[in-house]
Amino acid sequence: MLYLILEQALNGLQYGLMLFLLAAGLTLVFGIMDLINLAHGSLYMIGAFLAAAFYQWLGSFFPALFLAIIATALIGVILERLLYRRLQGMSHLSQVLATFALILIANETIKIIFGAQPLMIGMPASLSGPVELVTDELYYPAYRLLIIAVGLVVAVGLYVLVNRTRIGMWMRAGASNPQMAAVMGVRIKPLFTFVFALGAALCALAGALLGPLLAVSVGMGESILIPAFEVIVIGGIGSMRGALVGSLLVGMIDTVGRLLLTFGLKLVVDGSTAATLGPTLASMMVSLLMVAVLFFRPQGLFPARG
Amino acid sequence: MIKKTCVALACSTLLAGTALAADSIKVGMMTTLSGPGAGLGIDIRDGFNLALKHLDGKIGGLNTEVITADDAQNPETAKQITERFVKRDKVDIATGVVFSNLMLAVGPAFFASETFYISANAGPSQYAGAECNPFFFNVAWQNDNLHEAMGKHVQDKGYKKVALIAPNYPAGKDALTGFKRFYQGAVAEEVYTKLGQLDYAAEIAQIRASGADALYIFLPGGMGINFIKQYSQSGMLKRTPLFAPGFSGDEDVVKAVGPAMEGTFNTSHWYREMDNPVNQRFVADFQKDFGRLPTLYASQGYDAAMLMDAAVKAVGGKIEDKAAFGKALATVKAPSTRGEYRFGNNHYPIQAYYLREVVKNADGSVSNKFVGKVMDEHVDAYAKDCKM
Repeated sequence: MLYLILEQALNGLQYGLMLFLLAAGLTLVFGIMDLINLAHGSLYMIGAFLAAAFYQWLGSFFPALFLAIIATALIGVILERLLYRRLQGMSHLSQVLATFALILIANETIKIIFGAQPLMIGMPASLSGPVELVTDELYYPAYRLLIIAVGLVVAVGLYVLVNRTRIGMWMRAGASNPQMAAVMGVRIKPLFTFVFALGAALCALAGALLGPLLAVSVGMGESILIPAFEVIVIGGIGSMRGALVGSLLVGMIDTVGRLLLTFGLKLVVDGSTAATLGPTLASMMVSLLMVAVLFFRPQGLFPARG
Repeated sequence: MIKKTCVALACSTLLAGTALAADSIKVGMMTTLSGPGAGLGIDIRDGFNLALKHLDGKIGGLNTEVITADDAQNPETAKQITERFVKRDKVDIATGVVFSNLMLAVGPAFFASETFYISANAGPSQYAGAECNPFFFNVAWQNDNLHEAMGKHVQDKGYKKVALIAPNYPAGKDALTGFKRFYQGAVAEEVYTKLGQLDYAAEIAQIRASGADALYIFLPGGMGINFIKQYSQSGMLKRTPLFAPGFSGDEDVVKAVGPAMEGTFNTSHWYREMDNPVNQRFVADFQKDFGRLPTLYASQGYDAAMLMDAAVKAVGGKIEDKAAFGKALATVKAPSTRGEYRFGNNHYPIQAYYLREVVKNADGSVSNKFVGKVMDEHVDAYAKDCKM
């Protein structure tokens, strides 16, 4: 039982870190550019499809991952220049409408290019099996350990970038007052392009890393967009620290909560009722947490400003 | 969203209404062409269109117009399209719906307007039992059938402690009920997951802890792909073999999961290597035209068109005589990719079910291979409630 909980904690960590990759981009774009980007999930899908395409072309995972990140960042740059730049300063409703349209366009374009059948990304053979963490008790897929490692490295990297570098300082300045930052000599437009491309690259990283675990299919972006939004609402919109804490919270509640709730219910009601009731309640818990946060602390757990 | 294909030049007579023109037939093809379930609908449509091509574009020798529409897997959209089909387009016959919840939403409108419906996939228990309808036919199976066949196979193989997993929605519970109708052993663990769940690590750990000797999954579409990828990677596939209905084991899923899928078993009423001329032509031409291996969905789309063709021919093109046409649909011997089947009293097939295994081919790719017959002349559990 202890090992089962431990394994679930690892799963929660892994899911949380992947959510963080998405939520970080979402919260950066929202916090710094004041832009609601519903099509963030589409960049994730594009990243995964490109990784699958490169994988089928090269037959090797890591080069495909690398190329997919570059290509998606480039797509991000083009989108920012052509579309998002114009959406800045518009009302949030217009942004929601425009980026929702972009989701539909992205889904249909992907379907025209790659077809409606889901694609396959193979994982590196050396990572395809389980690792024995505790003899005979705890096996954990090696590939999921890699995801955890990458997630942690990116989290640290983003922290250093935002808090310890010049670009990070400009980003923070641009976030709190773009006009003032521009007057003080920060070139805001290239900065925004950089931020958007960074968000797109993080999406592609998440999409490509999850490709071997999840179905690479049209519409995959929407299924992860909702948890990503829940994360940034819980963590505080625009806050990087909030995104990290929120992601881990959501990840843990979703996996460990599901397990503990089912076990707990089995003590109270009979087995089959618990098996039905447990997952139903567990899927509500993240939403309940979000409602609670909105009620008691509407600015989120770690508000970006003030 | 509606695409009209006028196969012959009789468009002007079509506009005059079907009551007068027995030389033409209008087919409403509403299926899921966008969203996560699109792969299934596209296969049904492509299979149907391939059959139409083999019939030289004419169903039963009549000028044929097929109106294709996308229901987007949304019951509201499906209802609107159905209204259009029966009121404006006045289709003679309709087909294509993939998902049972949509079928139940649109069925009443088709039946009230006395439009024949040939389901190429959705086989809800309601329309097989007490609510069976003279205007409803299903060329594929009743929803429970593939699960029942796998339940029987797992039982026959002597597994004693099987874990079950399905999404927490009506079809998920029906699926496991169908499985348990023929599997009599102990249930190690019965897990219901959130519909559309992405990560199954928690459930996989639970199945491992339960000490099950086999696993049965019903996780349609992307859920199954996610699960099988993660299950194989956890190293569990070698310890606890995986059994699934054909929906989670056909070429669309195999293509997405890849070599990790090797060694899983699934049940279907059709398999690719079936040795009959209709099937061989279907498989060869499908691969030639669409560049991919056909799935059971494509075979069902093909069979739906073939049934329409045979029935129209049987009544000599007089489709306006609804009683005679309905009788022809129910009794005619239509060519089929699965060889032979016949309808029971509820217009659902009485047929054989087979076991397939995903194997590695000589060239390193993976695909389904026929293993053996599991059931013969199987009648669904609801037919006895149908008073027809």
